[in-house]
Amino acid sequence: MSVRRLSPNQPASFAFQPETLEKAKWWIAKFPAGRQQSAVIPILWLIQKQDGWVSEPAIRTVAEMLGMARIRVLEVATFYTMFMLEPVGSVALVQVCGTTPCQLRGSESLMAVCKRKIGAKDHLSADGKFTWQEVECLGACANAPMAAINDYYYEDLTPESFEALLDDFAAGKAPAPGSAAKRQGSAPEGGPLTLSDPALYDGSAAKPLKKIPNAAPKAKAKAEPTA
Amino acid sequence: MVGILEDKDRIFTNLYGLHDFGLEGAKRRGAWNGVREILSQTPEWICDQVKNSGLRGRGGAGFGTGLKWTFMPKQESERPHYLVVNADESEPGTCKDREILRNDPHLLIEGCLIASYAIRAHACYIYIRGEYVFERERLEAAIRQAYEARLIGKDNVHGWDFDLYVTHGGGAYICGDETALMESLEGKKGQPRLKPPFPAGAGIYGCPTTINNVETIATVGSILRRGAEWFAGFGRPNNTGTKLMAISGHVNRPCVVEETMSIPLRQLLEEHCGGIRGGWGNLKAVIPGGSSVPMITAEMAETALMDFDSLREMRSGLGTAAVIVMDKDADIVKSIARLSYFYKHESCGQCTPCREGTGWMWRVMERMVTGEAEMTEIDMLLDVASQVEGHTICGLGDAAAWPIQGLFRHFRHEVEDRITQYRAGRPHVQGATLVAAE
Repeated sequence: MSVRRLSPNQPASFAFQPETLEKAKWWIAKFPAGRQQSAVIPILWLIQKQDGWVSEPAIRTVAEMLGMARIRVLEVATFYTMFMLEPVGSVALVQVCGTTPCQLRGSESLMAVCKRKIGAKDHLSADGKFTWQEVECLGACANAPMAAINDYYYEDLTPESFEALLDDFAAGKAPAPGSAAKRQGSAPEGGPLTLSDPALYDGSAAKPLKKIPNAAPKAKAKAEPTA
Repeated sequence: MVGILEDKDRIFTNLYGLHDFGLEGAKRRGAWNGVREILSQTPEWICDQVKNSGLRGRGGAGFGTGLKWTFMPKQESERPHYLVVNADESEPGTCKDREILRNDPHLLIEGCLIASYAIRAHACYIYIRGEYVFERERLEAAIRQAYEARLIGKDNVHGWDFDLYVTHGGGAYICGDETALMESLEGKKGQPRLKPPFPAGAGIYGCPTTINNVETIATVGSILRRGAEWFAGFGRPNNTGTKLMAISGHVNRPCVVEETMSIPLRQLLEEHCGGIRGGWGNLKAVIPGGSSVPMITAEMAETALMDFDSLREMRSGLGTAAVIVMDKDADIVKSIARLSYFYKHESCGQCTPCREGTGWMWRVMERMVTGEAEMTEIDMLLDVASQVEGHTICGLGDAAAWPIQGLFRHFRHEVEDRITQYRAGRPHVQGATLVAAE
């Protein structure tokens, strides 16, 4: 487990922006009547997108909105590690994956870059623009090492390309996510070795099937009620 | 040719995202073809076909999918049935579902409809991990297209009312456990539930629920279109079908690739990934199925087949077929210590053996990395690992213990060497702490 507490410095109040509120209602509508609590994680996430972090007044607002006890929302906000409980860098939240598959491919050197350029882990940088964290497996292991910057994945990084990436963010640019080594998705470097048969893509697979294999005779299928 | 599987037999034809992920492109590649005919069959027929195909759950446990579906009540009652798709892919090494979600989402949506019909559900939730923001955007876009084309929704062209919703998590590995996922979907902390009741009896909102992995569901449409025998023709008996395999770590070209089950591990690594960094002789160990399974040595990797039975015989497991390769430059003790940290970080804190044990094991493992430990602590560590294993509600306790047990099963001598070397030249008294001795 990781120990996570609310920030000692909290704003006085929280207010939904209209578009956030609209999206929150969209989320609530996804779940059956009376089960609006199911939307708590997505709504906290929307709040984090709006404010950059989840504050105590926001937790209270969500509890009222969903008819939950405050402690239940607090539990969720502290249990799930994606929720930032303190303000983060205004330009970028950098999350470097440090778990074994990335570690084997050199994530430690990426973290060294972060330490040098941004400062201590889990803290705002001196200029308030960056926060960096070491996070657990982000599920892009075939493109290791990687980092998620403001939600999007930057893959196949080297210390040099990572440093250039951070410089771009600092300069106000928005670098395109994806592989820094210009790989095609998770295909092997140098291009896919499979899926080269043109017959897969010429539309022949879309021709109506004459018959579903092993299909029960139609009359029988209809005659048998769903038992 | 590379590997065993031919292009014509691949299910995930847009694995690398070279083509349109949307409805038009997916239909051209064969998705949604024949779904109406499939749904004109009975749910029992679908379950039987899936059983005959030998499809086993692709999320790690490998439970028979067709069999799982038959556990659902045969009659609809006032409690609606639900299908939940587990897209909370967080097992270190595993990155296969991501490719389906972002590049072939229509195969998943089609599978959701068919599976829901088979278990008599009219609603399905896809629970995707919170970090997959781009993948969620793609999936939502694909679902919108399917609704607009009336492939799903109320009064759709297939004649089975069906609503599909995407929801997401908040970055907790534990929510990949099916009962924790249900808790999380209900808006609570993701702490696993005791079983029984099993999800087929009382799942989300207390209603009958079936939970399947993304890859499992996404293969169902193709299996039914092409026939159970086609799918059963790949791999060895009891280990049939094709499987997405993700290879990471010290290979020349890490990748995700669809292959037949039971492909020799060596062939997979040599042909698809360009071999081990520095050649096969430089291989040290392989974790063949995601971080939770014990590692195997280079000698074992020589003969291992990528299937459930072969790897179980080697006291490891297929898991999610996420192969993590470590060559001789890798510090394997450190790699396993990092996994211990992962499990310590991700333990939900519900069961004492896991909450306390994972932290304890990690701290000891960190000292094993430097050698700053007593020889007797190795056995103590293994003893604690065996006491965590099997004494928790979910499998995270086991998963935390197995990598450590695997390490000491094959490389105990390396850790012992480290302890000896650390001590060499340092005056010490048996039992005294090393810090005091320095």
